[in-house]
Amino acid sequence: MEIFWFCVIAFMLAMYVILDGFDLGAGILHLFVAKNDNERRTVLNAIGPVWDGNEVWILAAGGTLYFAFPLLYASSFSGFYLPLMIVLWLMMLRGLGIELRHHINNPMWKTFWDGSFALGSTLLAIFLGAALGNVVRGVPLNADGYFFEPLWTSFTVQPEAGILDWFTVIMGLVGLSTLTVHGANYLAMKTDGDVQTRSRMIGSFAVWGVVLTSVAALISATFIRPEIWNNYSEHWWGNIFPMMGLLGLIGMFLYNRKNQDTKAFLSSSLFIGGMLASTAFGLFPNVLPASTDPKFSLTVYNTAASSYGLGVGIVWWVIGMILAFGYFGYIFYSFRGKVKLHSEGY
Amino acid sequence: MEDALFLHRLQFAFTISFHYLFPQLTMGLGLLIVIMKGIALKTGNEFYNNSARFWAKIFAINFAIGVVTGIPMEFQFGTNWARFSTFAGGVIGQTLAMEGVFAFFLESSFLGLFLFGEKRLSKRMHFFAAFMVFAGSWLSGYFIIATNAWMQHPVAFDVAPNGSVSLASFWGLLLNPWIIWQYLHNMIGSVVTASFVVASVGAYYLLAHRDEEYGKIFLRMGVIAGVISSFLMAFPTGDGQGKNLAFHQPATLAAMEGLFKTEHGAPLVLIGQPDIEKKRLDNPIYIPNMLSFLTYNRWGAEVKGLDAFPEKDHPTNIPLLYYSYHIMVGLGTMFITLMLGATFLLWKKKLFEMRSILWMLMLAFPFPYIANTAGWTTAELGRQPWLVYGLMRTADGTSELVSSGSTMFTLLGFAGMYFIIGMLFILLVLKTINAGPHQTANSH
Ligand code: HDD
Ligand code: HEM
Ligand code: HEM
Repeated sequence: MEIFWFCVIAFMLAMYVILDGFDLGAGILHLFVAKNDNERRTVLNAIGPVWDGNEVWILAAGGTLYFAFPLLYASSFSGFYLPLMIVLWLMMLRGLGIELRHHINNPMWKTFWDGSFALGSTLLAIFLGAALGNVVRGVPLNADGYFFEPLWTSFTVQPEAGILDWFTVIMGLVGLSTLTVHGANYLAMKTDGDVQTRSRMIGSFAVWGVVLTSVAALISATFIRPEIWNNYSEHWWGNIFPMMGLLGLIGMFLYNRKNQDTKAFLSSSLFIGGMLASTAFGLFPNVLPASTDPKFSLTVYNTAASSYGLGVGIVWWVIGMILAFGYFGYIFYSFRGKVKLHSEGY
Repeated sequence: MEDALFLHRLQFAFTISFHYLFPQLTMGLGLLIVIMKGIALKTGNEFYNNSARFWAKIFAINFAIGVVTGIPMEFQFGTNWARFSTFAGGVIGQTLAMEGVFAFFLESSFLGLFLFGEKRLSKRMHFFAAFMVFAGSWLSGYFIIATNAWMQHPVAFDVAPNGSVSLASFWGLLLNPWIIWQYLHNMIGSVVTASFVVASVGAYYLLAHRDEEYGKIFLRMGVIAGVISSFLMAFPTGDGQGKNLAFHQPATLAAMEGLFKTEHGAPLVLIGQPDIEKKRLDNPIYIPNMLSFLTYNRWGAEVKGLDAFPEKDHPTNIPLLYYSYHIMVGLGTMFITLMLGATFLLWKKKLFEMRSILWMLMLAFPFPYIANTAGWTTAELGRQPWLVYGLMRTADGTSELVSSGSTMFTLLGFAGMYFIIGMLFILLVLKTINAGPHQTANSH
């Protein structure tokens, strides 16, 4: 049962990164691919109807985490207190940027919100990567399962680490480059004209960034947490996940070159899903490894809620997901095709 | 530690009070928009369709801010109340997760469809989208009230060996007897807010001699919805809440009513200042025996005063609790009076010319917000010193490792952020009102 919920949360988080990832990516690229007001409105219209729904995945994942592994939620949220609050403010700034820009037709007003949308998206992408980095590296848990991390201490990887050290910064750059490519693929798929051309261009460069940072992250992770490979040698089928990631990466190169944007977008989605699944598989059964003493590590077993609660949860979760997929399918279908500018929307 | 506890509480109180300003309009306006779209669908009257489109604009701004201020609430359970979450997550995690999985997906998906899809959807489907937005927001309200109801009146749990609670009955949690009155009182409270806002904008258009055909529609809807909902606030829902308190949180009721001594035939205090040191009410004006009657339907019934409970179980801030309760009830009484008068004039077909009443309706819109906030302050202060009534004290629920310095930093950050958000909100809504419904009509 714990394993089921571990998979559920990994799945929901991956859905979040894939879905909100493309609108974060669109935000990172916003100032670079869209130069005039019409182009910027095109970018915003490409994500307008869906971004809020995408963001709900993190809320639903958070809620599910809270319900299935209360101690993990409590420990990680209080431990990452400062960065999470800063993330919150960034999410607010960015959400306001998308929603409020079109209400007043004044160039300075629009420039301001374009800037905050781009800045918020960029920092969030870096943060998501760094957050994953923290989980891989481990945090200074005490015997009760709590910790508190300052933003940074000395940038070296050590037990009493801060949120940012060289390893988590590398992971942050993985996040940034991956979501840049992902967003570029999405925009190339949803737009045409100059925006599309520029998106393809940036995508073809940024994909090299993905390769570089991913390789660096892989090597350093092996040094910092060699245990991450144990599950792979014990269960050969786990290698499917890294294979998925690799396939996605190849696809990104291939389809970008051929200007097959939809396939390129699916490839970057596959890459993200594969890499996150690989990390989750490597960590299991740990969910938050301790950098202090391995026996303090939080695992799916010592943080889970009661089995009765987890059992009834399965029923409503499955029903809820079927409904949610229904809505998402319907919406993406309703707004299919290239973005057209007209009076409704942004 | 004292310090940190105070800051955690202050931050939670500030952020939730701010958040709740927005959902209450979302939930109430959602209903009124469905009614507008319904009338338009039935009669083919384009004015109602344009009205719905105009309010949808304000709805969208309001919703966006509701979303951005809602996310911090979910986070804070973990960031600031870690020990509480570890303790209670196995139970209230159910309702919070269900809110995400059922309500938020529904709401956000159909809102996109409703706002962007009018051209792409048939009239019927567009009505359906509006309805689903409304249903999603009321569902969201249900799950969050179920969460709060469990904290007020914990049911359906077992205590696990490690001291935390775990769920014993799923339906027991969702059908907690506390929910029914709390949910209805809240949802109707949000309809009160929306009615007053709609009526206020209508009154403004009539007073300013512009968009008058819309002004009349808004006034008619606002006043009719307002009179019904104001009545329902007092009876049966407010009355029901009071009876719940009498049975399950008697110390809270005593503090709210300013009843320091147990009495047979307890009076209902209208005005008076509680004096905590001397344990009495100064300058009281009251109706004899009324409190006994209202809670137990008998004039002579005994109502327990604060002296019946050990001091450590008294609510921690009795004066604020007492005043917020009296502000809510006082405003509620005034809402009923104002809306009754307006309905009478509407029925006599005099409302649209009575400028004095129009002025009152235009200026009245902030008061339902105050009443709703005061009501929540009553509920949450009344629960003190318990975080989960009878099970966990508020002081034991915080995140121990988050220092008061960090909390102060984020509290100030929220204050600054929310100040800007509030200003933007007011700016944009005023701009939309100023542009007026005829403009939304023309742009389509
Ligand atoms: C428009 C807003 C509004 C108005 C006019 C009223 N209320 Fe209210 N009241 C609320 C908005 C509200 C609320 C914000 O929605 C609360 C907070 C928690 C809750 O469940 O509802 C609430 C709570 C609340 C409680 C406390 C429940 C608790 O401590 O858990 C009681 C006893 C009442 N109400 C009773 C009344 C009565 C007798 C009213 C008579 C006119 C009244 N309310 C008008
Ligand atoms: C329904 C969902 C809600 C939940 C689960 C909830 C939960 C909490 C929690 C955990 C605290 C902090 C602990 C404490 O001080 O007792 C708190 C305090 C508080 N909440 Fe709520 N709350 C909810 C709704 C609201 C709303 C809508 C308001 C709005 C006005 C509100 C007003 C307050 C206030 C004023 C406090 C501070 C009380 C104090 O510190 O003494 N709450 N609530
Ligand atoms: C501590 C308690 C609360 C938490 C954790 C919370 C959480 C949230 C979150 C995360 C959102 C954003 C949802 C989205 O992205 O669509 C939201 C919005 C919303 N919340 Fe809250 N909320 C709380 C209190 C309340 C209360 C007391 C009510 C009403 C009774 C309420 C009703 C709503 C509604 C209707 C929305 C939709 C957006 C809007 O209305 O503007 N919430 N809330």
